[in-house]
Amino acid sequence: MDAAGGTELAIRTRKLNLWYGTFQALFDVDLEIRHGMITSLIGPSGCGKSTLLRSVNRINERLGYVRITGSVDVLGHDIYAPEVELVQVRQQVGMVFQRPNPLPISVRDNVLFGYDLHAGGRRKSRAEREEVLEDALRQVVLWDKVKDRLDHKATALSLEEQQKLCIARLLPVKPGVLLMDEPCSALDPRGTEAVEELIWELRGRYTILIVTHNMAQARRASEECIFMLLGKVIEHTDTAEMFVTPRHQETADYIEGRYG
Amino acid sequence: MFDASPLNRRNARNEMLVRLLLGAMTGLLVLPVLLILGTLVYKGGPIISFEFLFTSPTNGMTAGGIFPALLGTIFLVLVALLASVPLGVAAAIYLSEYAPDNWFTRAINLAIINLAGVPSIVHALFGVGAFVIFFRFGTSILAASLTLAIMTLPVVIVATRESLQAVPQAFREACWNMGATRWQTIRRVVLPNAVSGILTGVILEVSRTAGETAPIMFTGAAFFLPFLPQSVFDQTMALSLHLFVVSTQVPGMPEELPFGVALVLICMVLAMNSLSIALRMYLRGRKRW
Repeated sequence: MDAAGGTELAIRTRKLNLWYGTFQALFDVDLEIRHGMITSLIGPSGCGKSTLLRSVNRINERLGYVRITGSVDVLGHDIYAPEVELVQVRQQVGMVFQRPNPLPISVRDNVLFGYDLHAGGRRKSRAEREEVLEDALRQVVLWDKVKDRLDHKATALSLEEQQKLCIARLLPVKPGVLLMDEPCSALDPRGTEAVEELIWELRGRYTILIVTHNMAQARRASEECIFMLLGKVIEHTDTAEMFVTPRHQETADYIEGRYG
Repeated sequence: MFDASPLNRRNARNEMLVRLLLGAMTGLLVLPVLLILGTLVYKGGPIISFEFLFTSPTNGMTAGGIFPALLGTIFLVLVALLASVPLGVAAAIYLSEYAPDNWFTRAINLAIINLAGVPSIVHALFGVGAFVIFFRFGTSILAASLTLAIMTLPVVIVATRESLQAVPQAFREACWNMGATRWQTIRRVVLPNAVSGILTGVILEVSRTAGETAPIMFTGAAFFLPFLPQSVFDQTMALSLHLFVVSTQVPGMPEELPFGVALVLICMVLAMNSLSIALRMYLRGRKRW
């Protein structure tokens, strides 16, 4: 998929409103996120940042009582259009969760799970699969650590390794966008640092959207920053700029820890 | 300063009394099991032999063995399993993984619970009406097994659904987010992790099926047959009915024979239960999350 109309936008929302039943969680969200950028979503609990993240791969609608108006374009295509195949969306837009959730199968099978699903019955050659496996694990700087444990259960890895594995298993299906919902909040400081470094490594190759509660993390590990409050986007700028010279009073208050 | 006050002592005494009482009640539970097993082994044990297990009854069933009944019970259970396991597992997968939470699903759940509560004699009459007469299977293994299958379906469904729901939701989310369909998720992740629970349910079903008498006595089990069944459309003898017959219906029965039959039946059921426990422990030991 190439970006339609020559735009360099990976994600674009227009007048996105979202309701859980009668509760409105998002108000007229307009967003433009460029290709290959790491963007962090910050804001106090309940401000709608996870909801926004989750509407970019349509995982919200599984709840059944979610209603959406407006549009979300990913890589130039409206993912809420009626002809859109959900499986294709999930393939293009990978998601990393708060708690690492590797499947209770081997490291190898975890990484190749999505790959095998989308290979569609055609058995890939062993060499081809091994290559994909190594490439994915190298991208997340995990290859050297687990190359002797590929047949061990993924659930036996450390949390940090599990989270990296969860990122690695998204890569073989060649996603354009990675969504991360507080990817480090279950990790200790060292694990956090390692995963942050990894995310930083991935910039340019993938468009990454991270929800975080950790100001320092937003500052360290993202290029652009979006501040949300009560379902609205208050400010979306360069990360360095936001933390030095926030344009809105609410942003300044939040960053300085006056609420949140 | 840390000496017990009178209140402390009274509480401690009550605590001990309650503990003793509850312990004694629990001990009482074990008593019937021990008594039943003890009596059966003591009175029926001596008659158990290779001949008893593997020859046919003779002399109007007052002598000889129980082979046709033993074999018949195994047949009945196997055919019942062939019918109820695919049906029950499929229904449980639908209810647990696909069905939306609406009035229809709740109605189905209610129906399953009620099905479990239907007395076995009612199942028997249903079996006669549906399988023996309406489907024209006659009194046969097929009719009896299908009756048993319907009776034990709730056990399979409930056990399967519970073990499916014990698989963490995070696994499903992980799969869905990699673009797996529901079925791919079920086949590759949910089922492999639920299989121990499903097997346990199935084996418990076996042990229940093996002991049932009412549902089979009108639908396919015979008092006495001089030959072994050749197909599922033949009648068969069965251990449970045989026990009823030799205990109450035949005069001049040697005393130890009914005890022997009961012992074999109960050993079968206990063996199945132990197998299910062992299997569950083995499979549980292998998974870690």
